[in-house]
Amino acid sequence: MALDKTGIAKRIAQELRDGWYVNLGIGIPTLVANYIPEGIDVEFQSENGILGMGPFPFEGEEDPDLINAGKQTITVRNGASFFDSATSFAMIRGQHVQLTVLGAMEVSQNGDIANWKIPGKMVKGMGGAMDLVASAENIIVAMMHSNKAGESKILKACTLPLTGVGCVKKVVTELAVLEIKDGKFHLIERAPGVSVEEIISKTEGDLVVPDVVPEMQL
Amino acid sequence: MNKVVKDVEQALEGIQDGMTLMVGGFGLCGIPENSIAHLVKMGVKNLTCISNNAGVDDFGLGLLLQAKQVKKMISSYVGENDEFERQMLSGELEVELIPQGSLAERCRAGGAGIPAFFTPAGYGTEVAEGKEVRVFNGKPHILEAALTADYAIVKAWKGDTEGNLVFKATARNFNPMMAMAGKITIAEVEELVPAGSLDPNFIHTPGIFVQRIFQGDSFEKRIEQRTVRSKN
Repeated sequence: MALDKTGIAKRIAQELRDGWYVNLGIGIPTLVANYIPEGIDVEFQSENGILGMGPFPFEGEEDPDLINAGKQTITVRNGASFFDSATSFAMIRGQHVQLTVLGAMEVSQNGDIANWKIPGKMVKGMGGAMDLVASAENIIVAMMHSNKAGESKILKACTLPLTGVGCVKKVVTELAVLEIKDGKFHLIERAPGVSVEEIISKTEGDLVVPDVVPEMQL
Repeated sequence: MNKVVKDVEQALEGIQDGMTLMVGGFGLCGIPENSIAHLVKMGVKNLTCISNNAGVDDFGLGLLLQAKQVKKMISSYVGENDEFERQMLSGELEVELIPQGSLAERCRAGGAGIPAFFTPAGYGTEVAEGKEVRVFNGKPHILEAALTADYAIVKAWKGDTEGNLVFKATARNFNPMMAMAGKITIAEVEELVPAGSLDPNFIHTPGIFVQRIFQGDSFEKRIEQRTVRSKN
């Protein structure tokens, strides 16, 4: 069965490594913080100016001056720090953050990503996404395999305005874990109960399928 | 040097139609809400506003948009404001969207005497159109110009009579860089204290960057996305 958002977040959480500083985007990526593997110490950075983000506050303890980049009220962990936006992006551009997880509308087989604009329809802006994808060494995209009309979002070439070029290395969807290398998608894992055929049929981009595709262990 | 002005009216004196304003804050966090309310009252028009976001429909910079006082917005993310999106898609409002890190650094550069800098952010996207590209360490970068403003309006938690500022938590965001980049910088603070009562070791923005400071009458500090967990 295809994963729900929580399932995608759980699978991405398995990519976390001890000692990493991690930036989580808005939406599914935010959920990753709930599934940090046992025995691993990671610190979450939010580009509006905090390192050491903690869980959401208890009701009644919200602080309007303490939010994440999704404008949600948050708390801090011991050892947290606050800083201005220029310092925050120095951390990001300067590659002091080891992993970036973000959402996307489209991803292409050469690692391009589009997630900020649908011409004539929706313009929300790129926020910090362009800075993040241009600099992060390790980018995981959390997204759905197809759009609401059933069209694949895993493409040969993006159709929407780009956020970054040749930067995405790994994609986790409700159906599969894909790696991007040598200008192709590579099927690494499938969601429990999801067939390789379904993944192939829902992937527009070139997909390399090995003989054996293991199921995700969640 | 005493930077204190009596009230918001005196603080915003001199702001005129057609000027460029930097307005601090991220979402509704750390915005100079007393000053924004007064700009609506002043009715100044054709403003160019440099601010990471555009507020929500009925708070923050959204108030200036509702009153059609803004000619152009320079921001990185405007997703929370329907009126903004309407004005932008209909062409009433000129909008320049720039990557958040580039926006922060362009303000910092403006205040620091750096006319332009190269960044990898936006290379290969429409943000790079018309901008010089240069390769450093095998990677393409685009040239981004510094930003300055006629007035920068920032919000701090505490400030002293010399204009030294301390911000609280993530309400710091763009405020320190914008304070540096304003020809005249106005600081709206929750608590104005005498010089000497803030520890010089913990000043975030030194008073040299601030020309006028005042204590805001009241702060609503609206929360955009109240997110909580239950105690059990």
